Amino acid sequence: MKALLEVSGISVSFDGFRAINNLSFSIGPAELRAVIGPNGAGKTTFMDIVTGKTRPDEGRVLWGEKSVNLLRMNEAQIARAGIGRKFQRPTVFEDQSVTENLMMALKAARAPWKVLVWRPCPADHARVAALAAQVGLADSLTRKSGELSHGQKQWLEIGMLLAQEPRLLLVDEPAAGMTLAEREQTTALLVDLAKTRAVVVVEHDMDFVRRLNCRVTVLHEGSVLAEGSLDHVTADRQVIEVYLGR
Amino acid sequence: MKPGFLAKNPSVLAFLALLALFTLAVTLLSTAYGAEIVSTSMVKTLGKTLCLCLIAIAMDLVWGYTGILSLGHFAFFGLGGYMIGMWLMVARTREIVLASAAGVLPMTLQELSDAIATQIFGVVGSSELPAIWHFAGSLPMQLIFVVLVPGLLAFLFGWLAFRSRVTGVYLSILTQAMTLALSLYLFQNDSGLRGNNGLSGLQNIPGLAADQDHLSVWFLWASAVALGLGYLLASFVTSGKFGSVMRGIRDDEARVRFLGYSVESYKLFVFTLTAVIAAIAGALYYPQAGIINPAEMAPIASIYLAVWVAIGGRGRLYGAVMGAAFVSLVSTWFTGGRAPDLTLGIYTVKWVDWWQVLLGLSFVLVTLFAPKGLSGLVDLLAGLRTPWRGGTPLGPDDGSLREEEAVE
Amino acid sequence: MLEKQGADYALSDPVSGAPAGTAPKAEIAEIKPNSGVRGLIAAALVQFHLSDPDPAQRRAALEALAREGGAEHLAPLAAAIEGESDPAIKAQKERLLGLLTIRFGATPAERVTAIEGFGADMALDFRGALNPILATARAAFDGAPAGNVAQELRPGQRGFTAEEAYALLVAQGLAPKRLTRADLRAVLEAYVENGAVGGVPLAALDDPAKRDAAYTALEAAGLVPAAATDDEVANTVAAHRYAEIYAEPDAAVTTAAAAALQSVSLKVDAMQGIDLGLDALSLASIYFLAAIGLAITFGVMGVINMAHGEFITMGAYTGYVVQLWIHDYTASILVALPLAFAVTFTAGVAMERLVIRHLYKRPLETLLATFGISIALQQLFKNIFGTQARPLTAPDWLDGAWVLNDIVGISYIRIAIFVLALIFLGLYLFVMKRTRLGLEVRAVTQNPSMAASMGINPDRINMLAFGLGSGIAGIAGVAIGLFAKVTSELGSDYIVQSFMTVVVGGVGNIWGTLAGATLVGFLQKGIEALNPSNTLAAQTYMILFIIIFIQFRPRGIIALKGRAAGD
Repeated sequence: MKALLEVSGISVSFDGFRAINNLSFSIGPAELRAVIGPNGAGKTTFMDIVTGKTRPDEGRVLWGEKSVNLLRMNEAQIARAGIGRKFQRPTVFEDQSVTENLMMALKAARAPWKVLVWRPCPADHARVAALAAQVGLADSLTRKSGELSHGQKQWLEIGMLLAQEPRLLLVDEPAAGMTLAEREQTTALLVDLAKTRAVVVVEHDMDFVRRLNCRVTVLHEGSVLAEGSLDHVTADRQVIEVYLGR
Repeated sequence: MKPGFLAKNPSVLAFLALLALFTLAVTLLSTAYGAEIVSTSMVKTLGKTLCLCLIAIAMDLVWGYTGILSLGHFAFFGLGGYMIGMWLMVARTREIVLASAAGVLPMTLQELSDAIATQIFGVVGSSELPAIWHFAGSLPMQLIFVVLVPGLLAFLFGWLAFRSRVTGVYLSILTQAMTLALSLYLFQNDSGLRGNNGLSGLQNIPGLAADQDHLSVWFLWASAVALGLGYLLASFVTSGKFGSVMRGIRDDEARVRFLGYSVESYKLFVFTLTAVIAAIAGALYYPQAGIINPAEMAPIASIYLAVWVAIGGRGRLYGAVMGAAFVSLVSTWFTGGRAPDLTLGIYTVKWVDWWQVLLGLSFVLVTLFAPKGLSGLVDLLAGLRTPWRGGTPLGPDDGSLREEEAVE
Repeated sequence: MLEKQGADYALSDPVSGAPAGTAPKAEIAEIKPNSGVRGLIAAALVQFHLSDPDPAQRRAALEALAREGGAEHLAPLAAAIEGESDPAIKAQKERLLGLLTIRFGATPAERVTAIEGFGADMALDFRGALNPILATARAAFDGAPAGNVAQELRPGQRGFTAEEAYALLVAQGLAPKRLTRADLRAVLEAYVENGAVGGVPLAALDDPAKRDAAYTALEAAGLVPAAATDDEVANTVAAHRYAEIYAEPDAAVTTAAAAALQSVSLKVDAMQGIDLGLDALSLASIYFLAAIGLAITFGVMGVINMAHGEFITMGAYTGYVVQLWIHDYTASILVALPLAFAVTFTAGVAMERLVIRHLYKRPLETLLATFGISIALQQLFKNIFGTQARPLTAPDWLDGAWVLNDIVGISYIRIAIFVLALIFLGLYLFVMKRTRLGLEVRAVTQNPSMAASMGINPDRINMLAFGLGSGIAGIAGVAIGLFAKVTSELGSDYIVQSFMTVVVGGVGNIWGTLAGATLVGFLQKGIEALNPSNTLAAQTYMILFIIIFIQFRPRGIIALKGRAAGD
């Protein structure tokens, strides 16, 4: 199976501190992957590189069937190419209603002059309503998203991510601040999504990862320490050392 | 525009109705067309105020909606005025030269243009028309330049600034520097625009035999139409998804980027569009003012523009209009010496001297206590209450960052 | 010289004092002191003054000679060198002799030797002596150019157009004047007949071609003299040769002078470069002083203080008020500096407490609120101190300038400002790196909430930092007020440059501010040197340069890198 995203040999340092060190990673078109690692392992920086926020000092990031070089693209181009990202803390546009937030994320032309004359058709409204229902916000469509609770904002952001219809989802600690029931719901959603697209979940919480039941990549000090099933990596001596040794 | 746009935006309709009513009232009270209660100079002041309201709308689009605090939009306003002023001056000087032509021979084109050049540039010790005046004799060309020159400048500047992701106060300072550079350039005598003399005699419209009484009312109408159209355009731009993206850029630029929108293009689009609106406002303003000089374009003018919009209330188009109208009219009243002195026992407060102090302090107070400005009053009257929106809550790992850093 | 001796007058030689006999009164005619006589007498008197026992007199005589020396003074001057006892005056005499020889020497060889004797001397008097020798005038010639030719000119080359060539011919009477458009018009108007000129109807005469046709018709009728056509003009121009001719007839002298001037001008250029560098350095120190406070508030708190310029003004006015009470300038400056610091420190703290504290995390609104304070303060200054400039006088020992030679010189005030800037740089570094306050400030800059959790009160630090920044602005105000006009707009003249300094330098680093001030100062002086007539244009270009510079270093010369910068 050809990989959807292929990251090879990237390194990046901040003021002499190597946040990512010769990291290689690849994921297929319909795959669920969990990335775990202790604080400072480079998980977020890795996502920053893939989404174009940070430029690596060396290495390659190739995307899709045509192996497009993502390092030459800016954040917006990468997002349009089909990589969606959910941030650790919910970032929704608080001054705007849930509908507006979802409309903005909806897959459509992104060029200014096209957006200027774009007006939602009934199908778009239906899609927004469906998405809101999917993330449990059907009753809150006209509310300002700033009024939502923390968990609801998380869900709204997931809804926006779905509206973008990305081929690769990068999800940063989705379970943070969620109740147990919501976590289970999130797990089910992520597993379901991974049937049609690639999903990378960055997570601290081992229970949550276990429930995802997928391949796991362990990062440590900016490079891959181990990869395989959760049972495989938790049996790895190095991993145990990193997690328990200090 | 789709049907139903006005229905969905009732405030637009209300605004347009008020504007029409105002224009009609002033016309009926004017010297030229009615009861002669409103003097011609007052009509001019009102007409100019309408133009200021238009540029305030532009400022609101770029700052209130998109979050770019531009301290340079008055430069575009002034440039628009210069472009139309060039035509007004050349055309008017041509009439004067032709009327006062001595000798029996008709003038050749060369003689005519030399005579015009001497008339216009005598004050800066030159008798040649600079190259930038090449099209000054043609009204259509200068009208195109009103839009084109400020538009191009804004595009170029915006492209450079946004491309390198200069944001926040840096961008504000950069726009201020641009304005300063432009006004300093125009202050030179050899800039080709008469240095600090500026362009004058713009209140006379060549080819029209009408007196100032009538002209002032016509300009009031033109300004009202421009303001109405500007308001329509602005509410159209801000109503749909484009408006959503604009406000998104204001609140969280990086997030908009990760949604796949090219933030730089949007900023550039808004910056250029508003520059053009500002230029059109300027092109209508300066024929009513009669004179334009580089001092009008100094950075301070653009900051005052921000003051108007802030006092009126950002992020609402009617707020911008209210702020510009209120502050500029009150300002005219106080600085015109018409306000009665305030006697405080031992000291008499002369408002000509103290108005600036009052303005500055009230501005601080508005920023501190009434971020919504005057339009907050409208909310109060309408009983609308928008939810309180504090800063974005920062997650555990971001607590160390300031909000704007965390957002980047 | 006359001396009354009874009925007669004793005569003596006015120069040597030797008796020259006596003469009866009738034989002595009183000479009217007209200018010719006065000149003769003055020339004769020169040698007395030059060997006057009083050195001051001798110096005065030399100065007079330097101003209006002529050929007739050469001999007395040469004679006066021998007996000169004061070595300084002797050197001065020798130098003056050389200069006079260059201009009035009897033989070319003598003059060339004198020129070469000066080497690459940079003094103004030497260049002043050389320049008239090298003065040229343009002339046209029928054949080969005559005289001491500086260079031959060809019409059409740079700086010498065909029109100029023809004008030269006209001026020398070698060609007739061309018919100008105004002349043409006047001639045609004089020959209007039945609404037409030379058969061309008046209404058609707005076309230049028709006007020429009308004139040709008049020519054909013999009514007007023939005017030169373009071809004729071109031919006449081509038939002559043109050259720049030295006023000085002797080629050897001009060659030597040109060579000397060239070697001098190289050295002069280098010296002017040094002078420019000193100027730029002093401007950079001013910007540094004005910007350092701004950099502190911007760097530590992320706050742009638009009222910073008014704090500078406040400092300058404090100096003025102090001088109203303390009349000794030295003492008053010594009092004014700390007092200005105290006043602006207090104002800054008050502003931080009352306004800025409520606006943290809203940088754009802080910018606007401080702008509101700025316009209020500016008007307040106008109301209190009036619109005219107030004097802030520097003590005597700061008057004058440190002069290295005729080209390089710098006023003591500017040196003092440079020293002040150095002191503040040192002070800043000391406070930041060596004191508890500096440690806390750095902690708050980097991570306010972490600093707060370690027991540092960020409120207090912000307040102190803001006060400190404002206080330094006050001191900068006193310094700037010493050489600039103290008006309510003093500060706003410097504020944009200060912003530029901070932005170009990069935020949160004193070295960045220093680099920014140096860049902005040198840039401004450099551009002014390239375009000396137009300081407005220089500022325009400088700002344009900075806008472009920001393209390549959006975060300034010395930018914070990595995560801390929030990239």
